[in-house]
Amino acid sequence: MTLRSWSLLPVRLVATVLLGAPLGIVLVYSLLTRGDYGGVEFPWTAESFTRLLDPLYLGILWRSLWIATSATVICALAGFPLALFIARSGRWRNLWLQLVLLPFWTSFLVRTYAWIFILRDTGLVNTTLLSLGLIHKPLPLLYNDGAVLAGLVYNYLPFFVLPLYATLERLDGALPEAAADLGAPPWRTLWRVTLPLSKPGIVAGSVLVFVPCLGAYLTPDLLGGGKTVMLGNLVQNQFTSARDWPFGAAVSMVVLLVSALLLAAFLRHRTAQELL
Amino acid sequence: MKGRGLGVWAALTLVFLHAPLLVLVLFSFNSSRFTVWEGFSFTWYQAALADPQLAEGLLNSIVIAAFASVIATVIGTLAAYGMWKRPATWLAGTLYLSLLTPEIVTGVSLLALFQWTFRYLNLHLGLYTVIAAHVAFSVAYVMIVVSARLRQYDRSLEEAAMDLGATEWSAFRRVTLPYLAPAVAAAALLALVVSFDDYVITSLVAGVDSETLPMVVYAMARRGVSPILNAVSAFVVVVFGALIVASQRLQES
Repeated sequence: MTLRSWSLLPVRLVATVLLGAPLGIVLVYSLLTRGDYGGVEFPWTAESFTRLLDPLYLGILWRSLWIATSATVICALAGFPLALFIARSGRWRNLWLQLVLLPFWTSFLVRTYAWIFILRDTGLVNTTLLSLGLIHKPLPLLYNDGAVLAGLVYNYLPFFVLPLYATLERLDGALPEAAADLGAPPWRTLWRVTLPLSKPGIVAGSVLVFVPCLGAYLTPDLLGGGKTVMLGNLVQNQFTSARDWPFGAAVSMVVLLVSALLLAAFLRHRTAQELL
Repeated sequence: MKGRGLGVWAALTLVFLHAPLLVLVLFSFNSSRFTVWEGFSFTWYQAALADPQLAEGLLNSIVIAAFASVIATVIGTLAAYGMWKRPATWLAGTLYLSLLTPEIVTGVSLLALFQWTFRYLNLHLGLYTVIAAHVAFSVAYVMIVVSARLRQYDRSLEEAAMDLGATEWSAFRRVTLPYLAPAVAAAALLALVVSFDDYVITSLVAGVDSETLPMVVYAMARRGVSPILNAVSAFVVVVFGALIVASQRLQES
């Protein structure tokens, strides 16, 4: 055996046993019947997938898509001006970029907990508003879709800003200048020149935000309370308290398939090749 | 005018990104247990240090992160080297897929694997299942960091060593590995952070005796807010920050 074969042996083992096989088992489980005491039994059936068409679960699917889409749109609205600002800030660029990345390098759990601290009934916002006399009872800020959105946008905004910045930075500065010289007002230059040219970055950022938001579990779990259930919470619930593994496995497969298809479509797209 | 509007918007967005953690750290030094500033104190840090559950979680997290990052670093470095010699498309695809798989899906799939295995072996979930899971998801990070350094590596250096009589193995060990050392160290630190941070996958594959720090933090956050949690958060923020800065310095060197 050559050194190359030896050096790839451990990773092949990990990829097969700990990455491939588990997903294979989940695929098989999604096509089996729920056992009487949890676990799975024969016969083969596609029932878990047809159950997803139940209005209850279609509602959760719809809600996940809606929340992930909203989070992506908010990231785009907040992230585009920020990325444009950084791309135009000359020698301060690296400092601003580091500032965007900095919160990203702390624990995901801590970042999510910070929002509980801020939004709960006795949290920072409510305490401040109460002591200023602006409100007389706490606003219900935590445990709703809005809180989940805030957490998702906060956690994934850097994923939007970074690829967009990479696109804007490479943008030929002469083009917006030419538009301005030809008499276009700034908003029109932005709308007709800068925005169309930054499409690759916007597409990349949107995919990189949408995909993790769609499969999110921890943020909706902590900030949504029991009310906001997304697909990730449905998976967790089926594998733990509900003990319906085939159904949980079917939902997992759907989430994984949608994520993989979106990413594959993006990677085949011309914009990805330009960026990578 | 427009330039200023852009600057204001950018500043507001940066405040949005930084304010939550800053107030969290600030209030970890508050003497009151309520969200009203009363005075500076280390009360909650002392309380955190005295909490036996936090101590046990921290110890478990350190043991898991140490083992997982060492194992993942060895496997990931060898993987990057092997793929640098000749690309392995399927293998690389599988590793990238592992980065993109939603954590909850990775978690339940590993749980399913362990439970299926335990039907044939008399074993239980514990520290070692958590370590195995952490190795599984950190190998890809290590591979990416080490591969980036290999891309700038001159192939003729290894060839020269072999022309001078070195075996393939000793050329790797005495020429390539020293060149890779900073990237390997950076990858190990990154794997340490990724392992130390994980809650979702860990909570699914941990046994009763293997509660990690994030699991204890999660349980506390679920029960409601305790100022002790602010102190723990501030500690985690500082430790992670230091490890990541060190890792980036090594990658740039």
